[in-house]
Amino acid sequence: MQKHLFLGVEAIGQGAIDGGMSGVYAYPGTPSTEITEFIQENELAEQRNIHRQWSANEKTAYEAALGMSYAGKRAMVCMKHVGLNVAADAFVNSAMTGINGGLIVTVADDPSMHSSQNEQDSRFYGRFAMVPVLEPSNQQEAYDMARNGFQLSEKAGVPVMLRITTRMAHSRAGIIRKDVLEENQLRLPHDPKQFILLPAIARRRYNLLLQSQDAFLQMSEESEYNKYLDGPDKSLGIVACGISFNYLMECFDGQCPYPVVKVSQYPLPAKMIKRLRLECNQLLVLEEGAPLVEEMLKGFFDESSIIKGRLDNTLPRAGELNPDLVAKALGLEVQSGMPVPEVVANRPPALCQGCGHQDVYRAMNEALAEYGRGRVFSDIGCYTLGALPPYETISTCVDMGASITMAKGAADAGLIPAVAVIGDSTFAHSGITGLLDAVNEKANMTIVISDNESVSMTGGQDSSAYGKIETICQGVGVDPAHIHVIIPLRKNHEEMVELFRKELAYEGISVIIPRRECIQRASRRKRNKA
Amino acid sequence: MKADIILAGVGGQGILSIAAILGVAALENDLYLKQAETHGMSQRGGAVVSHLRISDKPIASDLIPMGNADLILSVEPMESLRYLPYLSPLGYVVTNTTPFVNIPNYPEVDKVMNEIRSLPRFVAIDADQIAKETGNSKVSNVVMLGAASPFIDLDFEKIEDGIRSIFARKGEEMVELNLKALRAGRKFAEENR
Ligand SMILES: Cc1ncc(C[n+]2csc(CCOP(=O)(O)OP(=O)(O)O)c2C)c(N)n1
Repeated sequence: MQKHLFLGVEAIGQGAIDGGMSGVYAYPGTPSTEITEFIQENELAEQRNIHRQWSANEKTAYEAALGMSYAGKRAMVCMKHVGLNVAADAFVNSAMTGINGGLIVTVADDPSMHSSQNEQDSRFYGRFAMVPVLEPSNQQEAYDMARNGFQLSEKAGVPVMLRITTRMAHSRAGIIRKDVLEENQLRLPHDPKQFILLPAIARRRYNLLLQSQDAFLQMSEESEYNKYLDGPDKSLGIVACGISFNYLMECFDGQCPYPVVKVSQYPLPAKMIKRLRLECNQLLVLEEGAPLVEEMLKGFFDESSIIKGRLDNTLPRAGELNPDLVAKALGLEVQSGMPVPEVVANRPPALCQGCGHQDVYRAMNEALAEYGRGRVFSDIGCYTLGALPPYETISTCVDMGASITMAKGAADAGLIPAVAVIGDSTFAHSGITGLLDAVNEKANMTIVISDNESVSMTGGQDSSAYGKIETICQGVGVDPAHIHVIIPLRKNHEEMVELFRKELAYEGISVIIPRRECIQRASRRKRNKA
Repeated sequence: MKADIILAGVGGQGILSIAAILGVAALENDLYLKQAETHGMSQRGGAVVSHLRISDKPIASDLIPMGNADLILSVEPMESLRYLPYLSPLGYVVTNTTPFVNIPNYPEVDKVMNEIRSLPRFVAIDADQIAKETGNSKVSNVVMLGAASPFIDLDFEKIEDGIRSIFARKGEEMVELNLKALRAGRKFAEENR
């Protein structure tokens, strides 16, 4: 049988296409981005005309996917873990409305924060919304879950979460494809009121969701992804969730002497876990992310130290797992090679040589010198690297869109000047509504929209505000006399400093848009042309 | 057969092109493969690493356990030292000697080279120079793969086949150029191991 060498994210993209998906909806975010990119470049997706354009943010993406499900077709929505914070309102309420066509929400968590602000564990959201959660242990399962997840969602009547982590997303292995399923036909929901969450209907829907919990549990007990693997040594039983199962198997060359419950579908398969507890003296919980399962097993009153894991320091409380940490937790010897020599210096990421954000920060630093530090609120994107030397221009990076709104709050408090630096895609994602607040209250602030005409941090996707930024600002009510576009180049340095000086001194809202295409995107464009 | 390889470099240097050639070679020989990559923020000029595991038996972990790598293949000298805790006591370090300096505190190159020369088993190769001599400075990564090939338990012909299938759509000339680079790297390693 032919094997395909797929990253976990590519396996999910292929699985979704093969599962009869009619649309993928997403906003980029590491480590989830390549799912959508894979589908965008896939031939079958093109033949079938599967929806695969980027959305403005995760909430718009989620709602569009829910709309496609309402219309009877299968849809997937993809995002990184913090994206689900943005889409949480839609997600939690879609568990109440339920679905029509199968709906999978694929969420990619980033334990150890390789490319993220935090390492929140999306399984909490799945539990919160009370929907089934799938967590593959390998790339083949990732493919199978994406392909079969639509049917599971249709059977359960609710969206299904597919939770992966960075390692699963960005690791490659050979996978075997299965038959390609047909897409669903257009078909309105059987119950015309299903999606109207007015209190009277919402209460009915909530009861249905509560009543469905037993069925979801039953699905987990019978799931092909969950397994009870017996072992001769009952001194320890192991609960291994998702990818941690692989690290466990690595430690024993595939032959674990202890009984193991492999968990790849939630709610937790209670019968298997109870059996493990009955048969073994102690339990070790291996899970990527937060100690969610461990806390559930321990409860509030258990101080018996029977349950080992991240809460009793058998494993570190934070950060991703690896085979060495798991080996240590099992009391096995870890062989380390030679230590890292002292000459090795850290090599943090940096802005590319020739990037326009650099020119923006150079000019801002000069113009801001007379006011002192601590007045620039920023956001998430390549330009966040302006926090590091040699620039050190910005003082905040919290969540997408927070630059404009935090600068406004600080301006309200009397900070002068209050400056926001935001990227073009971040502005489209969640900057516009904050700007509206600022305009309505005539806040005294300067907003820099550093426009590289690209979503660069995640690999150069199309930015949804492309060519529309000035019009948006005017439409929201910014005085056109204080909207400026400038080209961030070294030769324009003096002119930029002058412009910043003038607008920093202006009492009111100014928007400065330094605009020059991302150099990575420009060179990719040239290469593709050649 | 088993090969646990750490590929190291700096974001933008294209270490994944090396992994891709080995990946094809492994898959076309019905071997198992797992390969964990670095995507995301570090690709902006940060340190990047890929764990590449090839075996004739199923592979459990996507990450190589510490002290188990048979080979560290680095396209940059300082980066070759960053992952030494992963190297097995019998493992080789094969590294390019051309530094990629994008940080103000990059150590003196001599100090880096001294550390490399004090390793029990290493090959230090100026892949950029050899690539130029081969005819194109862009094939330095393939020179590096060639230099590492004596330490990877895969038939050399299979790696050559990998090159053929990866570069086929770019034309016969590209295939030949890369094969030449591969062989030049291998020759250097065999003479300087
Ligand atoms: C809610 C949320 N979604 C997605 C991301 C991932 N993300 C981080 S930066 C970024 C791109 C920002 O693009 P832009 O504002 O245009 O700045 P650039 O990187 O191009 O400089 C994205 C999508 C995130 N951190 N948070």
